[in-house]
Amino acid sequence: MNRFLGFVRKEFLHIFRDYRTLIILFGLPAAQIMLFGYVVSTDIKNAGVAFLDLSKDEITVKISDKICSSGFFKRTGDLIDYNDIDRVMKMGNTKAVIVFENDFGRNLMSEGKAEISIIADGSEPNTATLVTNYLTAIITDFNREFSGSSASLSLSVQSEVRMFYNPGLKGHYMFVPGVITLIMILICALMTSVTITREKEFGTMEVLMVSPLKPVQIILGKVMPYFFLSFIDVIIILLLSWLVFDLPVKGSLVLLLSESMLYIMMSLSLGILISTVSGTMQQAIFISLVGMMLPTVLLSGFIFPIENMPVAYRWISSVLPPGYFLVILKNIMIKGTGFFYVWKETLILVLFTVAFIGLSVRNFKIRLQ
Amino acid sequence: MNEIIRASGIGKKFGATQALKDISFEVINGEVFGFIGPDGGGKTTLFRIIATLLLPDEGELNVLGSDCRTGFRDLRKNIGYMPGRFSLYQDLTVEENLNFYATVFGTTVSENYELIADIYSHIEPFSKRLAGKLSGGMKQKLALSCALIHKPPLLILDEPTTGVDAVSRSEFWEMLRKLRQHNITILVSTPYMDEAMKCDRVALIQDGKILSVDKPQNIRNGFKSRLFRFMAADKYRLMLALRKYSETITAYPFGDSVHVTFRNDSYDDSLINIFRSEGIENVIIEETKAGIEDRFLELMEA
Repeated sequence: MNRFLGFVRKEFLHIFRDYRTLIILFGLPAAQIMLFGYVVSTDIKNAGVAFLDLSKDEITVKISDKICSSGFFKRTGDLIDYNDIDRVMKMGNTKAVIVFENDFGRNLMSEGKAEISIIADGSEPNTATLVTNYLTAIITDFNREFSGSSASLSLSVQSEVRMFYNPGLKGHYMFVPGVITLIMILICALMTSVTITREKEFGTMEVLMVSPLKPVQIILGKVMPYFFLSFIDVIIILLLSWLVFDLPVKGSLVLLLSESMLYIMMSLSLGILISTVSGTMQQAIFISLVGMMLPTVLLSGFIFPIENMPVAYRWISSVLPPGYFLVILKNIMIKGTGFFYVWKETLILVLFTVAFIGLSVRNFKIRLQ
Repeated sequence: MNEIIRASGIGKKFGATQALKDISFEVINGEVFGFIGPDGGGKTTLFRIIATLLLPDEGELNVLGSDCRTGFRDLRKNIGYMPGRFSLYQDLTVEENLNFYATVFGTTVSENYELIADIYSHIEPFSKRLAGKLSGGMKQKLALSCALIHKPPLLILDEPTTGVDAVSRSEFWEMLRKLRQHNITILVSTPYMDEAMKCDRVALIQDGKILSVDKPQNIRNGFKSRLFRFMAADKYRLMLALRKYSETITAYPFGDSVHVTFRNDSYDDSLINIFRSEGIENVIIEETKAGIEDRFLELMEA
């Protein structure tokens, strides 16, 4: 036992002595939260819209006022004819132009049907999509209010599921679970695989192998400090997102933290597995980054919805553990659901962990080569 | 006299490369046993096999009464192993390195301090310094202290003097000799022939084969021919000229001179004529005593 504690103590010394490790451990989560929260914002705020009102009646004024008073949009101009659209778009302040057809109000009252065109600036596809989504949402809302008084607007409305749980359409409701998923893979898988391969590369593994330490003690000793520090990281991320972005945890905090521990275990065992198949730190870094980080970012549903991917990619994403954890996190944090709704994903994570540990034990060598 | 290591017919292959072939030797309790040979000769592979890090493909190996295949767990408690690259944690201090190895091997620094005092006292003033910031000689002393800290009956040192300055090298051998009074058997490898004389017995190893095992003095005495030492301003041209001479058996560069053996153990005037025609002047010729390296080269030729 003394042996093991001495080993763990040494690991902590490695971590606290290397400022780069510390930056990755504690600076990175904070930086990512801030980065995703402020810079890579998927919210829109005061986006410029111009109006081409060919009808100019009571109802069009009502709709345009509703749009401009939402806080998401500001009026950048009122246009006179279609030729103006191109001109204002080119000036760059206007992200979309809203066109009311001739006799909009009268058509709506008499035929129960009127048309609005939303013309968005497609040179920024992400913004364009967001702007049109927001606008259709506002118009749908108007539609609902208006339909109380007999008529209904017929608009092609696309509603998104996430709005249901994220009424303000706040981006960080999405990215906080994503950042936790990503950071844990990065710290656990990357750092443990690097710290084990580092011993191989510096030749210290030779002496450790010759020592009376058992392989399981070496592995546990390597992993324990990172388990502990990663857990602190989860708490830091949750605290930050609560303090800075007002993001509450709707579901059970205990369940959230236990699921996080499971995910950390899974990532650590993945890190060990990577270290058993790579001989150098470079290899370990390459496998962790290209093999784990990129798929986590691109295929776990963090940025791009899995449902929209081609079938082949969906298969790939179904064998990547981070995606399951993301589902668990979103369920607990945003929807506030209990264990009953995430038991399937939890079971999958447990199976991954067991598989990774099994493979690592099989691969871990008690001798060189 | 009991045997600490008994090896017979050890062979090891890496893919198609035969790293070791039919290695047999015995190491006796309390001796300093050296493996001498050039790089790539198989020394490290053999040491790793003895240190339980590799398994031999063939042959029998018994170390400290344990079989290398089945008894490796017991064995690992009883050997001190110092790999070629001093296995120290560069980002830990001298003291932390030593304490770490002490705990890993289930002992404390104070318990066996007396054993390493001689060696560790050289680096103790720098105990708060990071191991990565030490000089080669100091790293070597620290690595040796770490390998010794659990008082192993067998110490395995793989090229401990490579990359270390001449003063530290001779200090190091002095320390090894002192360790014998603690009844520690030492297995050491080196590419430096001059260090062979500091061992009790040596094995000359080349291309994975042992050429000879004996006391260094006996190995030197195995060299039966008369050996001449030639010196001139241009050593390379001198050597080429010597090799032109029909009576020359061998002519090897050796430091600032050329070591030469002749058929019938002598040379005649025609050698001088060759020197003259080649334009080599002021050649100094003297008879000399063969060293380990001369014998090594002779055995290699055989």
